[in-house]
Amino acid sequence: MSPHLSIWRWHLTMATSILHRVTGVGLYLGGLIVAAWAVSLASGPEAYAGFKALLGSPLGLLVMLGMTLSAFYHLGNGVRHLVWDLGHGLDVKTATASGITVFAFTIVATAAAWGVAYMVGAL
Amino acid sequence: MSTYRTPLSRARGLGSAKHGVGHWISERVAAVALVPLVLWGAYSVILLAQTDYYGAIHWVAQPLNATLTILLIAVSFMHMVAGLRVVIEDYIHKTLTKAALLMLNVFVGGLAGALAIFSILKVALGGA
Repeated sequence: MSPHLSIWRWHLTMATSILHRVTGVGLYLGGLIVAAWAVSLASGPEAYAGFKALLGSPLGLLVMLGMTLSAFYHLGNGVRHLVWDLGHGLDVKTATASGITVFAFTIVATAAAWGVAYMVGAL
Repeated sequence: MSTYRTPLSRARGLGSAKHGVGHWISERVAAVALVPLVLWGAYSVILLAQTDYYGAIHWVAQPLNATLTILLIAVSFMHMVAGLRVVIEDYIHKTLTKAALLMLNVFVGGLAGALAIFSILKVALGGA
């Protein structure tokens, strides 16, 4: 393993950085789930019912929860990266604060999405 | 903003590979487009989860829904393939393994993305 990973004290911006990658790779699976949804819809009522049953199973819902957390994290942190690309917020204090903001956004947005889904009877 | 490029490279407008800036900008354009598309996608997933096959067919048949779904799939898959490419390039250093994984990334992304877009078009155009 590269020495740069073992000689640094762990800090928040390291966690937000690697989480952006982890959630991005995880969302690749999310993209494949979207493709499976489209293909099952084009394949007829039975295939679609099978797809919905799979996503609605306990394991399916767990995967969807992971996808929701990953999507909102990657979205929030992606915007943080775009702001950095414009040259703003790169000092340590601001980067730490924006990282905490992204974590808060992830939790609030995921809770809101699942709360709405539950209230409208989508679960 | 500050710049990291030398005055000469800026004057010539060229990086080492002659097209790095184009890659960088197109990655960011896709990322910006995905902000509204993903929020619309999350809203749509909640809508679709409430309905059955016939509700979903009816939903996809709406021109705006079909168009935004295809855009979401096309831009996400471009973003996914571009992102995973960087991850592979960063962590895999054996030439043959790296080349194979880079190709697999493009093939899986291309196949799944094409299947998804064709499926949406088929349903939207009434062939389902």
